[in-house]
Amino acid sequence: MSRKRIQGIIKQITCILLSLIVITPFYMVLINSFKSKGEAARMSLSLPKKWVFTNYAEVIEKGKLMQGFSNSLLYATVATLIGVVLCAMAAFVICRRKSKFNDFIYYFVLCGLFFPVNYVTLVKVFQLMHLTDTKLGIIITFTSAMIPFCVFTIRNFVLSVPVEMDEAAVIDGAGPLALFFRIIMPLLKPILVTCFILQFMGVWSDFLTPLYLSSKSRMFPMTMAVYQFFGKNTNYWNYIFADIVLTCVPVLIVYMLGQKYIVSGMTSGAVKE
Amino acid sequence: MNKKRIYPQWFLLVPLVLYIVFFLFPGLMGVFYSFTDWSSRSSVNGLHFVGLANYIEIFTSNKDYASGISNTLVFTIISNIVKIIPALFLAILLQEGIKGKGLYRTLFYLPSILPFVIIGLVFKSVLNYNTGLLNGVLEFLHIGFLKQKWLSDLNVVWKSIFGVDAWRGIGYVMTIFMAGLSAIPKSYYEAAEIDGANFWAKLRYVTLPMMTGSIMINLVFGITYGLKVFDIVYVLTNGGPGHATEVLTTYAFQLYSNGQYGMSTALNAILLIITAAVGILVVKVMSRQEVQQ
Repeated sequence: MSRKRIQGIIKQITCILLSLIVITPFYMVLINSFKSKGEAARMSLSLPKKWVFTNYAEVIEKGKLMQGFSNSLLYATVATLIGVVLCAMAAFVICRRKSKFNDFIYYFVLCGLFFPVNYVTLVKVFQLMHLTDTKLGIIITFTSAMIPFCVFTIRNFVLSVPVEMDEAAVIDGAGPLALFFRIIMPLLKPILVTCFILQFMGVWSDFLTPLYLSSKSRMFPMTMAVYQFFGKNTNYWNYIFADIVLTCVPVLIVYMLGQKYIVSGMTSGAVKE
Repeated sequence: MNKKRIYPQWFLLVPLVLYIVFFLFPGLMGVFYSFTDWSSRSSVNGLHFVGLANYIEIFTSNKDYASGISNTLVFTIISNIVKIIPALFLAILLQEGIKGKGLYRTLFYLPSILPFVIIGLVFKSVLNYNTGLLNGVLEFLHIGFLKQKWLSDLNVVWKSIFGVDAWRGIGYVMTIFMAGLSAIPKSYYEAAEIDGANFWAKLRYVTLPMMTGSIMINLVFGITYGLKVFDIVYVLTNGGPGHATEVLTTYAFQLYSNGQYGMSTALNAILLIITAAVGILVVKVMSRQEVQQ
């Protein structure tokens, strides 16, 4: 056998082993979510002796998953939609109307990529604005926190849209709003979709924001609902595993549908040197 | 063309207001409150300036808040090393051409899209001493002597956290590296091979210099993530055993839950200063690069 061939085999074996390390925990969770309480507690990889599908029904009811699901969906969809559109408008003007002031604003907003949110004082700000324990408050927090990332990525994309497009539209009599929503937005679609997917998954996964900002369980998104359920049912691994599966499914669907956008968006900054 | 008319400045207004009111302002307000005795009882007792008392408490009290700061810094450094170096080699391995490259990339990236809470719960089960998957596999392979109390042994618990963090994050770092690698022209490697360069020489003189962009991105994401880490530690160990794995953010949350708001904001202010220093450095480098372009 040639040296190259052996190298190829070693590479394949490495990749297969690593894939196993990635997949096995998923498999363990999935298979144990169909077992009885006693069997699931052993956390083995064997198939269930008896398939228990009622675990899922139990969890959906006991874990208040429908409420968690609709809250998560609301937070993620609304916060992300508003955030992406607002940031696209801002990035467009920052990019097209070059001025010292706009440059300053750009780097000013960019600083937010690094800063932590101070939730303790944010709670105070919410009290002052009567936003405590409201869904609106949580949505606003998510939208505000995604502004730096969205402005940063969308601006880099606007740079590649030719200014001639604007000129043609203006000559045809378009005002600023028509120009932006009819001409520019469609051209920005790839990066807007990327931003939307990344931020949607970010909000869906977020745990810290609702931990600080929602004291009532009717406000909990899925991540909080799962964690609370775990706290109350520590020994019912069959339920916990079913709960985990249900929480993962929506993100997995978004990932499968939007995979190409995710990779292209994440790496748009990486290749541009 | 009238720029003022077609690119109206008010497009900036709403995002800027949101960013300032709900993101920056709470941060600055936190710095102010970190010099006060703000607590859950302040509504009764009133709010008083206490100067640097909170900071002195953090660095001198026997409650080990300072170790939360050093743990955060150590986590940031080590978690990045254990992700970036393996991810680089993995990216090179996949990029050099292998059957099933796309499938492997999808698989390796998969863990990083899942919520940390979920990953924490899954690994609480996997790392369980008696019934967990990891100890089970070690037993099955007849290397049971490697079994550990992964989440309760002081000497092992950090390694477990780094392991889980790497399990989640390596695919993400790898994907960014793969994009960087795909932008390097093949001819560079061919030229290097003609000059007799081996794998390491090609890595040193072609790959690394051409990948400054993706290395930079990974470092920025990795460092800011590391400094702000919360979920994974909170769910896996909740700072334990004892306070061994406490980081800045978990201490801040704990203090907030106890109603010691002033102390909590002081910890947050320290985190703010650390991230600001890193952020300013990075933005400076980035703006310099833009000027060069």
